[in-house]
Formats: sequence, structure tokens, C-alpha cells
Amino acid sequence: MSEKDLLLKVSDIYIDGRSDEVWHPIIKGASFELRKGEVMGLIGESGAGKSTLGLAAMGYTRDGCKITSGKAEFDGIDLVNASAAVKRGLLGKRIAYVAQSAAASFNPAHRLMDQHTEAPTQHGVMSKSESEADGMELYRKLRLPNPDSIGFRYPHQVSGGQLQRAMTAMAMSCRPELIIFDEPTTALDVTTQIEVLASIREIVEEFDTAAIYITHDLAVVAQMADKIKVMLKGDEVEEAETRKMLSDPTEDYTKSLWAVRSFQRPQKPAVHTGTTPVVSVKGVDAAYGTAKVLHDVSFDIHEARTVAVVGESGSGKSTTARCITGLLPPTKGHIEFDGQSLPLDYRKRDRGQLRQAQMIYQMADTALNPRKTIGELIGRPVQFYMGLTGSEKRRRVENLLEEIELEPSQYYNRLPSELSGGQKQRIGIARALAAEPKFIICDEVTSALDQLVAEGILKLLARLQDTLGLSYMFITHDLATVRSIADEVVVMKDGRVVEQGLKEDMFQPPHHPYTDLLLSSVPEMDPDWLTNLLNERGVENIGDAAVEKM
Amino acid sequence: MSIWIQLILFAVGLLAAGWVFRFAGQKATSNAPFFRDMPTGVAFGYVLGAVCLIWAVWTYYVARTVDPSIANKYFFFRVAVDGFILFGIAAWVFRLLGRTVGTAASRKLFRSMPLTASFGVMMILIYAFVAIFAGAIAPYGQEEILGSANVVPGGNPAMGGNPDFPLGTDQIGRDILSRLIYGAQNTVGIAFATTCLAFFIGASLGFLAAVLQGWLDQLLSRGVDVLMAIPSLIFALLLMTIASAWAGSEKGLLTFYMVIIIAVIDSTRVFRLARAVGLNIVVMDYIEAAKLRGEGLGYLMFREILPNAVAPLLAEFGLRFCFVFLTIASLSFLGVGIQPPLADWGTMVRDLAQFINFAAFAPQVATAPLLAAGAIALLTVAVNFVVDWMLHASSGLKE
Repeated sequence: MSEKDLLLKVSDIYIDGRSDEVWHPIIKGASFELRKGEVMGLIGESGAGKSTLGLAAMGYTRDGCKITSGKAEFDGIDLVNASAAVKRGLLGKRIAYVAQSAAASFNPAHRLMDQHTEAPTQHGVMSKSESEADGMELYRKLRLPNPDSIGFRYPHQVSGGQLQRAMTAMAMSCRPELIIFDEPTTALDVTTQIEVLASIREIVEEFDTAAIYITHDLAVVAQMADKIKVMLKGDEVEEAETRKMLSDPTEDYTKSLWAVRSFQRPQKPAVHTGTTPVVSVKGVDAAYGTAKVLHDVSFDIHEARTVAVVGESGSGKSTTARCITGLLPPTKGHIEFDGQSLPLDYRKRDRGQLRQAQMIYQMADTALNPRKTIGELIGRPVQFYMGLTGSEKRRRVENLLEEIELEPSQYYNRLPSELSGGQKQRIGIARALAAEPKFIICDEVTSALDQLVAEGILKLLARLQDTLGLSYMFITHDLATVRSIADEVVVMKDGRVVEQGLKEDMFQPPHHPYTDLLLSSVPEMDPDWLTNLLNERGVENIGDAAVEKM
Repeated sequence: MSIWIQLILFAVGLLAAGWVFRFAGQKATSNAPFFRDMPTGVAFGYVLGAVCLIWAVWTYYVARTVDPSIANKYFFFRVAVDGFILFGIAAWVFRLLGRTVGTAASRKLFRSMPLTASFGVMMILIYAFVAIFAGAIAPYGQEEILGSANVVPGGNPAMGGNPDFPLGTDQIGRDILSRLIYGAQNTVGIAFATTCLAFFIGASLGFLAAVLQGWLDQLLSRGVDVLMAIPSLIFALLLMTIASAWAGSEKGLLTFYMVIIIAVIDSTRVFRLARAVGLNIVVMDYIEAAKLRGEGLGYLMFREILPNAVAPLLAEFGLRFCFVFLTIASLSFLGVGIQPPLADWGTMVRDLAQFINFAAFAPQVATAPLLAAGAIALLTVAVNFVVDWMLHASSGLKE
């Protein structure tokens, strides 16, 4: 590597963050170098300081953070100590940033193109009309539909994946030398993600742009990056060239990250025909107002079995759960519990019927009342259903806390805000268990969690199933989760069940074409995966483009 | 030279001074980021602030002279500065006291308290104390008519005061200090009761509408819209006229009607807030979880929603209390509120209002109506300081 190629050199940077009136370190000395046209993947769990480090590479810190020492030299200019005027000249023009949520980052009051042309005209790179023409060209390169007219829509008029590509186009508008991608595909469905990934990779290669790609998904970073840097709680763990990192990680932490996806339960034998299922969904149709969202959905969930319901957002997975719980009474069909037909509306069900089916939510933050202590949260169903009060109630709550592997004396009086994401999810599980149900609906319970933490939750759920004989309906869009915990799989698309069967069968061809597309869109750890897939199928036959053809 | 040219020259001078200030700062600190990245506007602001401060100090110095012709010009400015410093010191001492005596919990509370909040707490405690023990503290009765009318506040015979009546007497010779003290009891007590009632009605119905939605929500919301469409003071006046016909000569009953009427009218604002906040909370998964558990309406409203709506409701309480207070004062001013001879701050301001005209040459005389107005203002500020602090503390909990 010659000195001339060096674009960004971050050396020994320390960043402090402020909370509760005290400064504490967020980044404890990180260094890296980036050459022209090189893509670096930055991975780690949430709270590892990935985003903070990514932003620091632009000489920027979020409110309440400050760079205490170190340098971030971009093309010889130290961004940490550069004046505001110097930074203004660089940011947006030579360094650009793509945020995680494009929907939240676009100004909803302006058209895409008006926002696209802002940076080039501001920096005097292009005139407005030149920039518009260039924008259409970029949209075409990123394979957005109707590239000549899509720019004149408002952000809410295009889909999430398209918005993310429009944001990438906007970052490209001044042809920057460095782009920082902060989890650009985390919020997207797998089939959408694959298209965005392919587009980003193509355009970054074409313009020889250097990039920092921040993500927590190892498989994604394997496709995108030339080298990978692993962060843990503000410390750098290791940095190496992608292939070497994947095949031969040196640090224990990295190895544990790589091993996460290995948890897999053995397939349970098929249920005897004739056994009464715990929950049986029979020919359910449902509608929000006049919009019909479920069409003739039927499946059974047997005792001590896990049925995974997979599909993209909008496929009707969660709506099915709402039908089972009675929050959205079906317009046709019925729900049976142990062979007994349940009232369709939850308000008509009695306490015993409500108790039998519990729910664990995706966002533990909104599923736990933030003003109640852990003892109150878990104690309420104990009191409500079991009629326990006083010391009996407390003992039961403490048992439940032990069950979910949290120390009762330490957690009993805490508020949810004093817990980590994984701990909150465990409290959600304990609250469901407190009702002593037979059946639990798990709605994307691991998708908001880091992989290591998610694995812990999955293991806990598996253990509880074995000891308590629980049945789960596991709603997820993550096929790795399906592989690890499910016994049976139901694939949904547009409110219909596309395919269902045992897990073993589902992961073996042949499939329904949609199942096949879904399975093939899940990134693998192999760095050649995306390249191979593109060569094999062609750009037109992956992701949403392929879905539309169906 | 016209005033405009002077003003422009002054601004240009300040701008130049700002530029010099920044330049000097850059040189002195060898280009520290603070001075290096300072926009000209900010430098101008610093200089303007400094000039204003110097002017204030100089004016205060002038106001302290004995010559009444000069001192009177700046009388109110001097009182304001004196009051500001005095209250600041008092609040500081109060906080220091709170940090050293009391239980561990109360000491911890005082340690986390900013000076503004400790001022607010102190003032509220003083008001509460005065209101409760009004009978024991007040030197005279609130209805007692004493010998001399229109005694100037200050207690200085040379200025037309009387040491027996430190805050003077009103037009029919009642002691203003005593009436202020009784006013705390009447005005603050009634305003507090009214606000609490308004919140009870408004928050209950608001949460109910948020949880049940559908036709009940429509009915309540449209009903509230109708009530809000009528100007509140005129509506209150109208209802009070009807109420006074019902109450006849029973003055206590009229006050009771007034509490109800103002509470209902004010509860419409609380309803809107509670409903809006409640609607944001009912979509949360924990409400869904509680519904699926089979919880009743009361539990949902008061155990699940209310604890999460406390912060905005508390902020509204501070504001609403002040508005209720002013509404009562306005109604009393118009003659249908708290009935004479009961002392009420609103009535007192109204009765003595014409003395304001003396402000230019005899500020002591003009002080009379401002005393009751000041009592209202101080309490308003104090309540809002405390509410601000509580909001800050509770939002810190949520991160």
C-alpha cells in the first residue's frame, strides 16, 4: 500500500458520552486505515460503539458525546480539530452518510429529487438541472423503478427498500470518496435487503468509493466488505481481511460471534394423525375495515411443538396472531383450542380461556409498562389468574425470575428501563409464564436483539418447552431462527398460506417458488454468496423484482 | 440626529466590538475551537449581553441614591433587582437547609434540586403556611374597616404611610396586608380545589374516550368541542349569572357553584390532553397485553395509562392552576366570583387599579394594586418552576 492511496486514517480515538451528569468512555482507543475504494465492515453488538466510531470518522459526534483525544485524518486533514467551515466543505461533498432508517432521514415535506439536488448545488458541484439529470442516472444504476419520475415523489410514496436506495443515490450525488453506511438494510425484509445490497455493492465498485459498512449482521458484512473490524463495548477486538476473518478468527469473542448460528434443536417426530391439536386455526379470513388481509388460513399447533410462521412484512403473520388472540375477530372460519371452539372476540372469552394463550412481543420496550417494577409486572398475572397475594405472590414471582435465569433479589424492584434488551425480553417471557399457559405466541421475539442475546432467549424458550410442555407459535422473518427452534414451518405470502410442513422437509428442495426465493435470499457467511447468486440467477430474478413476477 | 441613526450606529459599534472580542479571544487562546468556530452573530450577542448587564448594574446603582426625583424613576427596577437577589439567596439557604436536615430521602431530593425548583418549593410552602394559618398571622380581620383609608404602602409617614399598616390600606380603610393573607386562603384554596376537580373530570373522561373509542369518544369529544367553541370567560359569566340566581343570598353556595362551573369549563382542555396522551399510550403492547389478560376498564385507565401520562398532565396542571387562578380573579373582578367582603387577590387588583396612574411620579402609591398582582405572579412562577423540575426528573427516568 502506498501512502498516496491512504484516504482515511483514524488513530487512537477516544470518545466519551454523557449520561446522568457523568462522562464515561464509549470508544476506548480505536484506530483504522482506509484506502481509496476499500470497504471496511464494522461489526459488533448494540452498544459496541459502531455507529459512534463511524460518525467519528466524519469528525462528528452525536449530542452528549465528545472526542477526547485521537485523530481522524481524511486526505491529510484532521477532522477532529478542523474548523466548522472546513468540515462544511467536506461533509456531503467528499464524505457522505447513509442512515439506518431512510424513512426517518428523509424530510417528508420535500420531494426526493429536491433533497437529492441539495448537496450538489450547495457545494457548487453541479447546477440544479445537471444534478437532477445525474440523479435520474443514479436511480437507473440503482435499479429503482421509473427512474425518470420516481424522484418527483414524496418519501411516503415509495417503499422502504426504494427509499434506502434513493438515500444511497443521494449520498452518491457529489461522488464522495468516502461513504459511511450505518446499518442500511437492518430494517428491511430479506428479499428487499438482497436487492439493496446488490445495488450498493455495484455502485460503490463503479465509482471506486471507499466505504465503512456498519452492521450487526455478519453474513451481510461478508458480502460487502474487503476487511472487517470487530468492536466490543468500545474496544477494538480484531481487524482482518474478510476471508481470513471468516475462516480463521483469532479472538475468542469473534469465534463466539461466528458460532452463534449453530444452535439447533433436533427435529421432533411428526405428530400422530388423530391427536387433538392445542390450537387449530381453521379457514380463517380477516379484514381491516374493508381491506381483506387473510384468506383461508389453516394450520394446527400440537402439544410441545413449535410452529414457525414465516413471511415478509405485510404477509399476514402478525394478523394471524391477532386473530388467534381475538384482538381482530375473523370474518370467517374459527379458532379451536383443545378441540373446543373459542369465542372469536377476546372480550367474550372467559378468564380461563384468556389464560391458556399468552403472548410475547417483539419490542420488550413497549410490551412492559415503563412505570411498573418487575415485581408488579410479573406479579399482576399471578394475582389476577391464580389469586395469590402477599408473600405467596412474591414467592411465585421469585420462582418465575429464577426460571428465566434472573436473580430475584436483584431484579424484583427494578424498572424496565434499568434492564438490558435481553433481560427485558426475559421479563416478557416470565409474564407469559405467570399465567401458566399451554400455548404462547412469540411475535418476532428475537429480531430486536443481538445475536448472542437472541440465542440465549431461544435456548431459554426451548428449555421451557421441554420442562413445561408448552406449544409455541413462532412468528419470524429470520430463517436462521426458524432453523434453530422450529418443528413445523408455515410460509405465508399476501395473507395466504403458501406452504406448510415439517422443518426438515422445508429446508430440502423442492419448494413452492416463493419459499425457494425466501430461503435463497438469506445471506450466508460465504463471502462469494452474493456474487454466486447474482451470476446464477441474474439481477432480475432476485429479491422484490422476482416477487413481483410471481 | 434621529433616534434611528443612533440605533444603527450603536448596533454597528456593537458588531465591531463583537468582532474585536472574537479576534482577541482567538489570539489569547491560540485559536481554541470555541472562539474559532464562533459565528459573528454569537460574538455580537456576547457583547450585547455584556452591555445590557453593565447598563443594569449602573441603573441599579443610580436607583440607590437618596434623591427621590431620580430614585423614583427607577423605583420598580430597584424593587425587582432587590427581590430577585433576595429570593435567590433565600432559595439557596432553603436548599442548603434541606440538604442538611431531614431524612436521607428528603436530603437526596434537595441535592438533586436546581435553585429555581427550591425557590418554587419554598414559595409554595410559604403560601400554604400563610393560607392555613391566615387567622393567626393576619394583624387585622379581612372585613375590618379601620380608621384611615388610602394609606400608602411602605409605612413611612413622610411618604404618606403609617407604621401600623406596613402595606397600607385600601379605599375604604381595610388593611392590605391582612387582606393579602386572607386572600391566600380564599383564592389559592379555591383555585387548587377547582383545578383538582377539573383534572379529575377531564383525565377520567379523556382516558375513557381513549380506551373505548368508538361512539363514546365521538360523543365526549364533540361535546367538548361545543363547550370549547364558546369563549370560556363569557360562558363562565353566563353560567355564574344563572348560578347566582339559584344561590340567592347564600354566598357559600355561590362559591361552590363557581368551583363546579370553572372546573367543568377547564376540564375540556384537560380532556383533550388526556385523550391525546391516552391514545398514544393505548397503542402500546403493554395495554394490549393487559386487555388480553382480561383486565377491567378501571385497571386499564388508572393503573396502566395514568402512570405513563403523569408527566404531561403535571405540566398541564401547573399551567391550568394559573389559568384557573386568573379566571377566578377575573370573575371576582367582574363581580360574580368570590363575593365581598371576602378578600380575593383579583378583586383587590381591580379595586385599587386606578392607582397605577401614579407610577410615574409617586411609585409608592402605585404599589398598592401591584401587591396582590405580585402575589399572583410569584405563585404562578413558583408552581411552574416546580412542575418544570418534576417533568425534568420524570423524563430522566424514561431516558
